[in-house]
Amino acid sequence: MPAASLAAVRSFVAAPQQPQPEQTIERPRAFAFQGVGKFFGDKVVLDGIDLDVPVGQFVAVIGKSGCGKSTLLRLLAGLDRPTAGSLTFGSEEEGHSRTRFMFQEPRLLPWASVVKNVEVGLTGIASGADARQRALAILGEVGLADRADEWPSVLSGGQKQRVALARALVGHPQILALDEPLGALDALTRIEMQQLLERIWLAQKFTAVLVTHDVAEAVALADRVVVISAGKIALDLDVPVARPRRRGSVELARLEGKILDRLFG
Amino acid sequence: MSFSTRLATPLATRLGRNGIGWLLPVLVIAGWEIASRAGLMPPNVLPAPSAVAEAFWRLTLSGELIRNIGVSTARALAGFAVGGSIGFALGLANGLSTLSRGLTDTTLQMIRNIPHLALIPLVILWFGIDEEAKLFLVALGVFFPIYVNTLLGIQSVDPQLVEMGRVYGMDRRALFFRVILPGALPAIFVGLRYALGIMWLTLIVAETISASSGLGYMAMQAREFLLIDVVVLSILIYALLGKLADSLARLLERLSLGWHPAFQNA
Ligand SMILES: Nc1ncnc2c1ncn2[C@@H]1O[C@H](COP(=O)(O)OP(=O)(O)O)[C@@H](O)[C@H]1O
Ligand SMILES: [Mg+2]
Repeated sequence: MPAASLAAVRSFVAAPQQPQPEQTIERPRAFAFQGVGKFFGDKVVLDGIDLDVPVGQFVAVIGKSGCGKSTLLRLLAGLDRPTAGSLTFGSEEEGHSRTRFMFQEPRLLPWASVVKNVEVGLTGIASGADARQRALAILGEVGLADRADEWPSVLSGGQKQRVALARALVGHPQILALDEPLGALDALTRIEMQQLLERIWLAQKFTAVLVTHDVAEAVALADRVVVISAGKIALDLDVPVARPRRRGSVELARLEGKILDRLFG
Repeated sequence: MSFSTRLATPLATRLGRNGIGWLLPVLVIAGWEIASRAGLMPPNVLPAPSAVAEAFWRLTLSGELIRNIGVSTARALAGFAVGGSIGFALGLANGLSTLSRGLTDTTLQMIRNIPHLALIPLVILWFGIDEEAKLFLVALGVFFPIYVNTLLGIQSVDPQLVEMGRVYGMDRRALFFRVILPGALPAIFVGLRYALGIMWLTLIVAETISASSGLGYMAMQAREFLLIDVVVLSILIYALLGKLADSLARLLERLSLGWHPAFQNA
């Protein structure tokens, strides 16, 4: 990074843009971060995060490497506890248990067949023939019905991530947290996966929180893009573009530029 | 999947591949027989293969061979069961619990550095030449490879998979049986095969030193009566039993690790 832009980033970091005021929310709340902070020792990773997300919204979270995106998702999924502030869920009795997590790596069990891996997503929800039935159905949705009884090791990277997506979705989560799930895929497979993700999200209407480092991906998929910088929300931007969205359209490019400007000053 | 692929490999190819491994032993035995018949190999140094075969037949008819094989196998399996299960249990405990590991691992690693056969004089003092002595030695010999590899296997389970299991709501039991144990299995099999080798080795030594039955005893008796064909026969049978145990372990490994890329299209 050239020195000039580094300096620009510094000045931006020093004086973060105020988050845009919350818009009136008609839909019920899926979850809300209220003044959430996360410290590891005296290292401040997240600081005073306020984020109110209505049910069914697709939120993309963007930020530079190490800015705390994964930490935010881990808090959301209950893998970690916030050091400060609180996290509330719309349906309080369900909370974390109806949040599913999709990792950057597929994390499939190599010793279980594809369909058995999907059934992991039904742990505590269904078992036996019922679980298999539901797992096969969702495998059909991600286009892998014919690979159900194969070992994960014979699948390509994109196919493994589709199995991981099926596993995350088979239990019909209310919230799906995705931590750069497409980051390791090649460009074409990634676009395919984005379309698949959007299609399933439109059909199932869960609340999606997608962490990504790909700004184009964020504006193509999300209703709302949140930029995190220096542990705070530096930009909270709606993406009021009708679906289906056309990649590379002027509207998306303009939003993308705005986010990049904010990221790099 | 991989299993059917393996079965689908043409039978002739598989026979050919396995068959080639037997070519050398057959040639050696043929050469040995010829050398003995030509008088190049004095029978009091190494009897001809045909003489060993005769000894085999003689001892089979008298029932002596079967009885001794039975006695030795029972000893081997008993020692293996005791040492193996303690090693496996401790390996699991120390792999899963830092408290247990902190408590016992250092001690075990220290004991591991003592060659277990060095304990023979002590064991004879403790147990005399009774069954307990052989059981103890085999169990001790088998314990460490099983313990070390079970522990290693559990410690090498991918923590990302464990985290995935937790996120998807697996309880401790499910986590163990569906994630940790299968992940540790390849290493456990390495330990198993190694332990089987040690099992026979220990038993041979123990039976040779002190026993009143078993293959080792049969060999020592034969030595006293200068029945060199029986001595050679005992050695061959040890080799075959060792090979048999290893083949069984390999079969078990192939059946349970079918998912492992190393066992696919093999
Ligand atoms: N368990 C932990 N202990 C200490 N530091 C951590 C821990 N987890 C994350 N961090 C630190 O928090 C920061 C944010 O990490 P992360 O949320 O993974 O960033 P990213 O935005 O790249 O996903 C990093 O500097 C990382 O080193
Ligand atoms: Mg991350």
